[in-house]
Amino acid sequence: MTDIAAPSAPVSRPGRLSKFFKSVALLKESPIGMFGAFLVFFWVFIAIFVDLFPLRDPLAQVSADLLKPALSPAPDGGTYWLGTDDKGRDILSRLFYGSRLVLFWSSFATLVAYTVGMLMGVAAGYRGGWWDEILSFIGNVFLSFPLMVLLIVILSQLGPDSPMGVILADYGFSKTWIRGLTIVLAIMFGTAPQVMRIVRGLVLDLKSRDYIAAAEVRGERPFYIMVVELLPNARGPLIVDACLRLGYVTIAIAALGFLGLGLPPPDPDWGKMISEVRGFGAMAGNAMIWPAIAISSLVLGLNLLADGLREISLRD
Amino acid sequence: MLVLAARRLASMILIMFVISIMLFVFFEGDKLNLAMRVLGQYSTMEGRLQWLEDNGYNQSLVVRYFSWLFGFLTGDWKQSAQFSAPVFDFLLPRLKNTAILGGCVFLITVCIALILGVFSGIAEASLRDRTITVLSVLTTSVPEFASATFLVAIFVFWLDWLPGSSSFSNGFTWRELVLPVAALVIFNFGYYTRMTRASMAEVMASQYVRTAVLKGLPYRQVVMRHALRNALIAPFTVMILQLNYLLSGVVVTEVFFAYDGYGKAIYDAAMYGDVYLILAGAMIAVAVAVTTQFISDIGYTYLNPRIRFA
Repeated sequence: MTDIAAPSAPVSRPGRLSKFFKSVALLKESPIGMFGAFLVFFWVFIAIFVDLFPLRDPLAQVSADLLKPALSPAPDGGTYWLGTDDKGRDILSRLFYGSRLVLFWSSFATLVAYTVGMLMGVAAGYRGGWWDEILSFIGNVFLSFPLMVLLIVILSQLGPDSPMGVILADYGFSKTWIRGLTIVLAIMFGTAPQVMRIVRGLVLDLKSRDYIAAAEVRGERPFYIMVVELLPNARGPLIVDACLRLGYVTIAIAALGFLGLGLPPPDPDWGKMISEVRGFGAMAGNAMIWPAIAISSLVLGLNLLADGLREISLRD
Repeated sequence: MLVLAARRLASMILIMFVISIMLFVFFEGDKLNLAMRVLGQYSTMEGRLQWLEDNGYNQSLVVRYFSWLFGFLTGDWKQSAQFSAPVFDFLLPRLKNTAILGGCVFLITVCIALILGVFSGIAEASLRDRTITVLSVLTTSVPEFASATFLVAIFVFWLDWLPGSSSFSNGFTWRELVLPVAALVIFNFGYYTRMTRASMAEVMASQYVRTAVLKGLPYRQVVMRHALRNALIAPFTVMILQLNYLLSGVVVTEVFFAYDGYGKAIYDAAMYGDVYLILAGAMIAVAVAVTTQFISDIGYTYLNPRIRFA
């Protein structure tokens, strides 16, 4: 009687989660990337848990406390840690509640732009021929239109009073959502072509690999090859680019807020917080600086994180 | 080369067509609001409709488009509704102002980026390199309206050295140009510095530079004669493309400092629904974008003898 070997323990295949933690652990080797991750997670943490902090109402106006400097005492016995704005609202709580809006809308816009851009890029790169010609031309049309001008034109025309805004309002969308969705749409038009270009280049490179030929021989449908075979294999450079692009989108949305084309008035949008107080001259110095610091720190975090990720991906 | 130029020109004209048609259709729905803005909030509906009729906005879209197209090609760029002036005459001084701003920014950015990039690239991983790299990431992360905010807070509110707006209401002065230029340079130079650095570092690690060093050439000569030209190819193309960015990427800065340039004109026109001004601005932007792209491609081939057009 031969011994039947006990079934060996299943070979542990690294799951997605453990892979994720592994790459986080790799990030430890890049101090710059770590610092970037820290800045980003700081704002993400605040955006998620802002309700748990003992903050004042970000919309409450105290008419006696206009444009107070940082650390001035508040009538409720507390302190305005970062001062107040031109309507007597607490800047710290506006910044913290604003982080929720900034992070949500810029991630949402980047996600939509990336999805559209990736699908366009992989279709143009893999299908080639007319697909490539037409998609590349559409991309070129939007690319030769300067980004900021494109955003301004779309947003100035598709406001809450436009036909599109009225229809959305009928469906019960609030003004913030109508504006937000228009911003997402505009960012998509401006950013998707750039993503498409990158993905198309990557796909042209990957197309000639053996596993694509194998999939074609197996008789997989083109859509399957594009989404399951090509895109996951192009993810390395795309993750780094997505991180940088999230930074650009954050800047663009804040700039739109500054130009008065961002989220509508009572919302604490960081870009708008700067433009709202600008008219008050030297008295508004304090109120202007904090949102500028907030936006810079978030973008800095994203840029440094992208750097760290790139360093790691080059090492493998 | 000529074939390439012709193809670029053809694609540029096609893109201009598509964009002008899109803009025309896009702004069509805003006509009544435009009349309202021109005549004021308390004007009557009849008055607004009359204004549209008088100014030719009521003709069918196709007729209006071709009338605009014909005018555009023959030098009549129509009337700006907002500034009640011919678009061409209005836009020309605005473009000149942006050219002044953009030119200063471009020169300063290129100088800083090349010097810092080369210095950090020739000594990769040194303290100097690290400092320059961190500095350039730091400054590119500060968007221009944020750096403008810091600059205004420091130099206008705190030190009171410079004016906070640059509308040149008392004629042109260099003082008013300092802050907008500084804000744009701070936002831009980091990217080009890193580009130059990466390119320089790559060249310094190459075989022929090592050979040049090993055969005993003075270090300065190795850098100046052997490395620099090859290292500047990639940054050059990117920097030429920056000219395109400077035309339209300056919108936020121009609005911030009330600088009467092209970007602010486009912003005002979009907010007002001034369709002819937007159209002209967009056409100029497309032309500049395609031209800079072309120059950058040509320059790339000129600097890099390995690449030749088929």
